[in-house]
Amino acid sequence: MEDWRKNKLVFWILYLPPTAWLVLFFTIPLAIVWVYSFGERGPLGQTEIAISFANYIRSMEWTNLYIILKSIWIATVTTAICLLIGFPLAMGIAFASARYRNVLLLLVILPFWTNLLVRTYAWIAILRTNGHVNWFLEWVHGLLAGVFGLLGMPDVLGTFEPLQLLYNQKAVIIGLVYVNLPFVVLPLYATLEKLDKSFLEASLDLGAGQWRTLFSVTAPLAWPGIVTAAMLCFILSLGTYLTPDLLGGPDSVMIGNLIAQQFGPSRDWPFGSALSFLLMYVTFILLWIRAFAARGEKGKLH
Amino acid sequence: MVQTRKVKAFGPDVGTDRRKPIIEIRNVVKAFGAGVRAVDDVSLDIGEGEFFALLGPSGCGKTTLLRMLAGFEVPTSGDIMIAGERMEGVNPNRRPVNMVFQSYAVFPHMNVERNVGYGLRVTGVAEAEIKTRVAEALSLVKLGEFGKRMPNQLSGGQRQRVALARALVKHPKVLLLDEPLSALDAKLREAMQLELVRLQKTVGITFVIVTHDQDEALSMANRIAVMEKGKVRQVAPPADLYEFPNSRFVADFIGKMNLFEGRVSGVQNGNLQIDIKGLDRVAVPFTGSASGNIAIAIRPEKVKLGQTDPGGDNVRLRGRVTELAYYGNESHVYLENQTGMPISVNLKNATRTTLPSISIGDELWMSWAPTDTLVLTE
Repeated sequence: MEDWRKNKLVFWILYLPPTAWLVLFFTIPLAIVWVYSFGERGPLGQTEIAISFANYIRSMEWTNLYIILKSIWIATVTTAICLLIGFPLAMGIAFASARYRNVLLLLVILPFWTNLLVRTYAWIAILRTNGHVNWFLEWVHGLLAGVFGLLGMPDVLGTFEPLQLLYNQKAVIIGLVYVNLPFVVLPLYATLEKLDKSFLEASLDLGAGQWRTLFSVTAPLAWPGIVTAAMLCFILSLGTYLTPDLLGGPDSVMIGNLIAQQFGPSRDWPFGSALSFLLMYVTFILLWIRAFAARGEKGKLH
Repeated sequence: MVQTRKVKAFGPDVGTDRRKPIIEIRNVVKAFGAGVRAVDDVSLDIGEGEFFALLGPSGCGKTTLLRMLAGFEVPTSGDIMIAGERMEGVNPNRRPVNMVFQSYAVFPHMNVERNVGYGLRVTGVAEAEIKTRVAEALSLVKLGEFGKRMPNQLSGGQRQRVALARALVKHPKVLLLDEPLSALDAKLREAMQLELVRLQKTVGITFVIVTHDQDEALSMANRIAVMEKGKVRQVAPPADLYEFPNSRFVADFIGKMNLFEGRVSGVQNGNLQIDIKGLDRVAVPFTGSASGNIAIAIRPEKVKLGQTDPGGDNVRLRGRVTELAYYGNESHVYLENQTGMPISVNLKNATRTTLPSISIGDELWMSWAPTDTLVLTE
């Protein structure tokens, strides 16, 4: 039989619809945004096509640059925490007996079954001033106050002051770690699961302890997976909008919020387009670094 | 002319080694789940400086036993002593043994030197000493020039040498080898067999090798334990194992064997009289006790073929050639007697210009000396 890839008709039938779809709904809108990013905001907030770098220059002004740098900072911290939590989790799943592995994986992706908005609102319920965490802390406080009262020191603890957990940078990072953890665990799991366990046994056999094995053998061999996981988490966190919008406060405005503001209340589409493309350039550079690193890994590992 | 020597006196097999034991395995059981015993009540002594082979078909428990010596599996019951110390609760990284893995497990992200030095570095040996010991170990396995290479720049055989050097550089009391040659091609495998024997003689360390390849075990080990279904069936030096297997399983597993089921009909002049269907009564020298149903066995290369009845006290029968196979160094002749019993005979192609003139359908006499006949009671 003829190879179906050589059949022109089959080729066009299979490739035309997705290609058309991508061009129509992805490439062209993106091109429009790109053109807009060099445009100017008219007096009534309309977009005027021009060739101007003013929007890019404006994004480098301190107030805007500050938001970009803060976004990078929040994304970096989120990625680091996700790796610290995700690596042991992925290892636990990868080395669990085959019977439990799929159940554990299912638990990791279970949150995806609920809408992100609902899950983020759940965090508000947990973190707000009279939320679950403060409620629990108050309960512990009351318990301890009672104990001290019995010991004849009723006023040692003072009155309970609820912690301000919501509407700040910490809340955003907690939310982002929660949202992005599955994206870190899955690539790490995929790498660790493929890892030949005899490398780890060889390390133990040669006299290394568990920690030494982790740092000298497991982590280096899982490096491609770690890089993928970190990239994914970083890119997703950097461009996020919903989490800082709902959980953040004035100290945690991120690029996503700034962009949303330009397309919304500020009615400055050209500036919003320039910011969007700035975000995309950062992402492209990271992906390029990743591809470059992968080429190096290939030469080393296989 | 090479002098011949006696393989072994007739008598019950003992398979002990008088050397001081370095490994003592006492009633070790390893159960996986309910009722599955991978290793079933195994007791073995392995002497200092031995080249010991654990041989058996896949799933016989030999690798599990080896992994228990290394500490990767914990015995369900029983004791393992290495160098006089109980190994219960001793982690793999604290045992005086090192292992060469079937996949070699050479770390792909370290060069050859770092790989070989790894075991010394993690235990805090000084860098200067690491350097000299790594160089020593690499020259021992003839990889002196390869220190800076990455594993992906090495052939399979070279990677295996790295794995060997990496284990030997630790000066273990025992070197464990898990199917070390199975990933190599036939030519390289034979060269490595000789190499491993040379290495073992040079370093004087006890080697315990797991293999399913009987040739490997026979050619390298000084003693072999044959395992089946988690149990050790026989422990003996190679020639004893080949010529005096203690059971039908061992006889059939090691090399090729013609087995004939029969019944003991009595003892006469120290010879066991055995009735075998399709054969005359066979008289075989035997000192053990046997009665009832037994089997006699004869190796294919010990059977002679002829056109005429050889007579004498030879065991003999007639058969028709059904199959011929030429192997270069040998020709294998497959025959059937009147009752349809298959018998195979190996003939050496000892000269270049002649071949045995046998063709399919020939009626021939097969014969062998009574002393070459094995009696198998188990």
